[in-house]
Amino acid sequence: MKHLPVAGKAISVLFAATLLAACSGSSKKQEEEAAAAAAAAAAAQAEQQAAAAAAAAEQQRLRDAAAAYGNVFYFDFDSYNLKPEAIEALDAHIAALQGNDATVRLEGHTDERGTREYNMALGERRANAVRDYMVVNGVPSYRIETVSYGEERPIAYGSGESNWSQNRRVELK
Amino acid sequence: MKRLFLVITPLILVLSALTARAELTIEITQGRDNPTSIAVVPFNWLEPGAAPEDVAWVVDSDLARSGQFAPVSRSDMLGRPSTQQEIFYRDWRAIDSEYLLIGRVSAQGTQMRIEYELYDVVRQRQAHRGVETGPINEARMLAHRVSDAVYEKLTGIRGAFATRLLYVSVTRVPGGKDYFRLTLADSDGARPIVLLESREPVLAPGWSPDGSQISYVSFESGRPAIYRQNLSTGAREQLTAFRGLNGAPAWSPDGKNMAMVLSKDGSPDIYLMNLASKKLTRITRHYAIDTEPTWMPDGRSLLFTSDRGGRPQIYRYDLRTGTTERLTFEGSYNARARVAQDGRNVVMVHQQNGQFHIALLDLVTNRLQVLTSTELDESPSIAPNGSMVLYATKHAGRGILAAVSVDGGVKFRLPSREGDVREPAWSPFMNR
Repeated sequence: MKHLPVAGKAISVLFAATLLAACSGSSKKQEEEAAAAAAAAAAAQAEQQAAAAAAAAEQQRLRDAAAAYGNVFYFDFDSYNLKPEAIEALDAHIAALQGNDATVRLEGHTDERGTREYNMALGERRANAVRDYMVVNGVPSYRIETVSYGEERPIAYGSGESNWSQNRRVELK
Repeated sequence: MKRLFLVITPLILVLSALTARAELTIEITQGRDNPTSIAVVPFNWLEPGAAPEDVAWVVDSDLARSGQFAPVSRSDMLGRPSTQQEIFYRDWRAIDSEYLLIGRVSAQGTQMRIEYELYDVVRQRQAHRGVETGPINEARMLAHRVSDAVYEKLTGIRGAFATRLLYVSVTRVPGGKDYFRLTLADSDGARPIVLLESREPVLAPGWSPDGSQISYVSFESGRPAIYRQNLSTGAREQLTAFRGLNGAPAWSPDGKNMAMVLSKDGSPDIYLMNLASKKLTRITRHYAIDTEPTWMPDGRSLLFTSDRGGRPQIYRYDLRTGTTERLTFEGSYNARARVAQDGRNVVMVHQQNGQFHIALLDLVTNRLQVLTSTELDESPSIAPNGSMVLYATKHAGRGILAAVSVDGGVKFRLPSREGDVREPAWSPFMNR
């Protein structure tokens, strides 16, 4: 995920205050006004910085919360229905995506059973199911790219449910 | 798709310089009960030095692999005739050899000439004779042509030994990105050439009807795209790069169109691309998964897999009437059909008792016969003469190729020395 700088506004306020100070006249009243303005600007700047820091901290908290769930969502055999645990994890990721305009790539995967091209379609359905849930919950679709790898990129190479269950997944990247 | 472009790819098209690591060997696991006994005597090399290829051994192996012949072991041969005058029929009757193949190989410059004669030991007469000429470096292909002629003479069916295979092999990199290779080899797995190597998936290889071009799907751009490539020039063209699926390319029998799966309009549907104009025609329009198109040999209809009935089954779309009919009703999973040149035998992946096998559906009798008993069988491909089905399966935890005759009577494996091998695509008959 990419992140936008949030300190931009604070910097421009600081610049305006400095400019104001440089242009002030020599009279006492003007000096007092300038000092008051500078103080106000400094206060505003501090407020902005505090807000930005709080926002950044909140973003980080949401990212950490999402990261704690991991970025892989698992599916049942031949199914593209989101499981409750996947929805819980997705909600955390969606929250982390609300405060920025990062783009995500959803990669759909299947286990080795069934034909390769059918699995390619099934992997797409899984990626689309995740995408649709994110869109319904406020992530604009243009920020989401989906791609299906079918059964071509297994996590676990062996056969049997213990391997297959690891491979039926959507990865958020 | 914004633009179509043609790229020559000298870096990834490695012709003959690179030996594929996934070279295949052959293990016959099941033959016929009463195979025809034939002695393929080592052909006489008429030039000084060692012969560049043991032509007779190539023929011997081809005939053995068909399962319909039991070649006589060389150590059992009581003589090594190479001309009619040198034949003593009693030597061959003594070891119950029904047929005898002898030959002579000569060379001039870069050209090789194989003269051979087939004898009927029981009737004590010549059954066939022939000559094959061509470049010395194509000696194995010339030998396969001898096999084709002998096979046709004795079975009445055109031989398919002088054909080629495409397959995908994968070298696993646990925790990392696997290596994918698209390989071209002779029908016996010999002389493998790596056409494409990528750290991104490569799949769905197929042939143009004249065998001069191939098609496949590659993820090398980070997304799936359909490519076609000319085998003699190496020129490669990217045909699609649509949003969503770009898969399952299948050349029409007249070579003018390519059926494919695209999901750019929502769900996976079958489209036809005119290869000259690149114009697309949408064939199916359904919210279900429609995929794996394949052509009937007459080019008038397409078979495809769809889960529109709830589970994947095979359907036929008639291009003239625009009607769709379901073809498979037995079992809960029938997918990825391939049709024999007779337009009658259809092979597919069929699920039975939770296992995936290769099954054959006879379109005339509507009888479905399960041909294989291995596990996780997929990607069936029929020989151009309709005799054998090559498919991918798992053996000892690795992906290998295996073959079964269309009557299920003959079975053999083609294990590779390294990596997983899958998605075999048997070429059409090659123009000489």
